[in-house]
Amino acid sequence: MKRKVIEEKFFLVLMIISATLIVSIIVLILTSIIIKGFSSFNLAMVSQTPKGGYYLGKEGGILNAIIGSFYIAGGATALATALGIPVVMLMNVYLKADSKVSAVLRLCFDVLWGVPSIVYGAFGFTLMIFFGLKASLIAGIIVVSILILPIIIRAIDEISQTIPEGLFHASLSLGATKLETGFKVNAKQILPGILTAVLMAFGRAIGDAASVLFTAGYSDSIPTSLTDSAATLPLTIFFQLSSPIKEVQDRAFAAVLILTIIVLCISLLSRLLTNRHNKYKI
Amino acid sequence: MESNIKVRNLNVFYGATQALKNINLDIPNKQITAIIGPSGCGKTTLLKCLNRLIESTDEVNVTGQVYVDGEDIYSPKTEVTHLRKKMGLLSQKPYPLPMSIFDNVAYGPRLHGTTKKNELKSIVEFYLKEANLWDEVKDRLSSPASKLSIGQQQRLCLARGLAVQPLVILGDEPTSALDPQSSAYIEQMFLKLKADYSIILVTHILRQAKRIADYIVYMYDGEIIEHGEASDVLNHPKHPKTIEYVSGVIS
Amino acid sequence: MFKLGTSLRSRVRTNNLAYYLFYLIGAISASLVLVIGIGLLIKSYPIIESHGFFNSIFSIDWYPLKSKFGLLPFLVSSCYVSLLALIISVPVCLLTAIYLIEYASKKVLNLFFPIIDILAGLPSVILGVWGVIIIVPFIRDYLAPFFGVHSTGYSILAGSIVLSIMLVPNIILVFIEILKTIPQELREASLSLGATRWETIKFVVLRKSIPGIIAGIILGLSRAFGETLAVLMVVGNVVQIPKSVFDPGYPLPALIANNYGEMLSIPLYDSALMFSALVLFAVVLFFNLVSKLFLNRLIKYLKY
Ligand SMILES: Nc1ncnc2c1ncn2[C@@H]1O[C@H](COP(=O)(O)OP(=O)(O)OP(=O)(O)O)[C@@H](O)[C@H]1O
Ligand SMILES: [Mg+2]
Repeated sequence: MKRKVIEEKFFLVLMIISATLIVSIIVLILTSIIIKGFSSFNLAMVSQTPKGGYYLGKEGGILNAIIGSFYIAGGATALATALGIPVVMLMNVYLKADSKVSAVLRLCFDVLWGVPSIVYGAFGFTLMIFFGLKASLIAGIIVVSILILPIIIRAIDEISQTIPEGLFHASLSLGATKLETGFKVNAKQILPGILTAVLMAFGRAIGDAASVLFTAGYSDSIPTSLTDSAATLPLTIFFQLSSPIKEVQDRAFAAVLILTIIVLCISLLSRLLTNRHNKYKI
Repeated sequence: MESNIKVRNLNVFYGATQALKNINLDIPNKQITAIIGPSGCGKTTLLKCLNRLIESTDEVNVTGQVYVDGEDIYSPKTEVTHLRKKMGLLSQKPYPLPMSIFDNVAYGPRLHGTTKKNELKSIVEFYLKEANLWDEVKDRLSSPASKLSIGQQQRLCLARGLAVQPLVILGDEPTSALDPQSSAYIEQMFLKLKADYSIILVTHILRQAKRIADYIVYMYDGEIIEHGEASDVLNHPKHPKTIEYVSGVIS
Repeated sequence: MFKLGTSLRSRVRTNNLAYYLFYLIGAISASLVLVIGIGLLIKSYPIIESHGFFNSIFSIDWYPLKSKFGLLPFLVSSCYVSLLALIISVPVCLLTAIYLIEYASKKVLNLFFPIIDILAGLPSVILGVWGVIIIVPFIRDYLAPFFGVHSTGYSILAGSIVLSIMLVPNIILVFIEILKTIPQELREASLSLGATRWETIKFVVLRKSIPGIIAGIILGLSRAFGETLAVLMVVGNVVQIPKSVFDPGYPLPALIANNYGEMLSIPLYDSALMFSALVLFAVVLFFNLVSKLFLNRLIKYLKY
């Protein structure tokens, strides 16, 4: 009897240690990068593009990368949402739950979800060469949208399955078509979930480096057209950190701080969304 | 007896199990038809066949014909959206749409092409009054429908269904989730509505059938055992199974 | 009575058109799996043809200028880093998941999940930077000297530590999902037979969820295999078969990231890199399908 109790106590302690370890590592990560970032942060970082000699430690900022990242992540999220919602509707509104087509689609998106972003990046680059495109904003947007498409589809698909069948039937019985029901009832019922999924995808898009490494190019100026090449935050961090000059390295840490703040805001926003009760939801 | 809804040789299979066996039935116009029978005998299935919601079930196979206004609803030519507009549905549990009370009632008319604000307002008022709900909600039309009580929600669903001007009202145990008072409301409404609509009501409650039904269909294990005028079936049942059920042996 | 409009025809047509359009979008986007697989296969065909499939994979010589493209050092590094990361991550995650599901109060859960969410949302480059400023010096200055070896800190170990942290949200969430699917009645039945809570976990909950846990681990492995930037930044990127965890390594994704797009003038170089992308893709595909198989089995197992 005594052994049993000791064993349970022992494992309970182990469990608590594990949970605490995880939490403290996350806290450690956040505090160390925030402290490191703050000490080299200045306003020019977010308000200027790199000036001459920036990569030698002179004047300038990374506004080009911030804007570039928002363009690419925003464009990719819009594109992936526009493609993803129809696919989810197909699987959940048009096709029956046991449809073979849905099962195959789900399997494909599961696999795509797992494909590493470096593979998307490399494959995208090959396609670009094939079609004679150069690294540009639009190429980056397309490749990143492919990267996040399965994320959006899977996330929305999952919450779609919580919609009660009776609700769907109620709308159909009023003479609504499936399309109308999908957009006016189903989408409305899970709206916060859709927004959370979109935000999550945006966060993934803005933080991913491997997919834009070859496809978006890199430029010190803010892109003005879709065919311009564009800098991104993850890449500016990556490149500056590998510089031997300390000032440049420090700026990488400031850029990390900026990116961290962006993703923290996204995380906070989606939490607010999930917590806020959808007042119309039944 | 006039009938606009005729069921002919209808069979329904869920996978390998047969849920409806060779159903033949004429539903009388502008009367309340109650479908009764023990649990699992196929009442819901039969009802779902009438507006083809059965088709959204997994692994289902339907054979036979259902004629609505002389048109076979299972023929490929029939437009299911059109059919469903004709067949209003009141389900067991109310499912208000995820929008305001006003929009719930206006949903159907909007879909079917009414967009003028004033017109919608009078439509909503008319049908909410028709469903005996207007006085309770007239001051909070823009609040979410999900905030209503279950009984109110069911009346809202009725108003919503009436607003698309169906020919038939299908009710699948529409009072089973409600309190006695709300149930009584719905029953009274059915008695009023049968002047304009044919009403088909699945019910578990024999007393409810006795109170409001004009015509009774008694089902057992996927078959129609007996059907006819309510007074005949309830007072002078012929089939032994019906006798057992009506006298309360099977439930 | 009110008159309703009669726009039914066009509404139905829109509905049907949308169906075909959605079908098309679905088919095209799902077929990306095939497109990518076949595309990579075509691009890596030259190297397979001239060097042979197994020769490329199992050769340890990587000298692009001499047209030697052995992928073994990269594969070995990838395996080392991924497996080590899982060895670090899985026990901690499993213990935590059990704690959260079986013991923790609502309050703890409400605190824990947002924190895990933050980690899940952190871009890999940030974890890479963190690895560079914390883990690498820690290994160089403390851990390696403690074991009496010399290390720059940029090592297999650094890569696996960073990777193990990145995997935490993924793995924990899968484990939690699995533990949640174990019906409450099973626990209650065991408890009412006089088993303690821990015994119930050990003999009922864990036993029932083994296929799921394996599925979660395999899924984690596939994630680990493909992770690029965070590992690349701390692992050293030296082409060799690492002999100890303090040696630098050079995982497959890092190879592609560091070299692709440059030096494409070297014959077959581009094809060799595409071949490594193909290997990566195939590994991920395989792991994904296997883990799905396990999960399906779990679901069946729980049903009957
Ligand atoms: N989706 C389904 N898949 C397989 N079998 C089903 C399905 N729906 C119903 N059934 C079966 O078909 C038969 C008839 O079901 P139905 O729901 O029509 O019964 P019911 O008369 O409405 O019962 P209740 O009074 O309990 O609502 C039952 O045996 C039921 O198990
Ligand atoms: Mg029923």
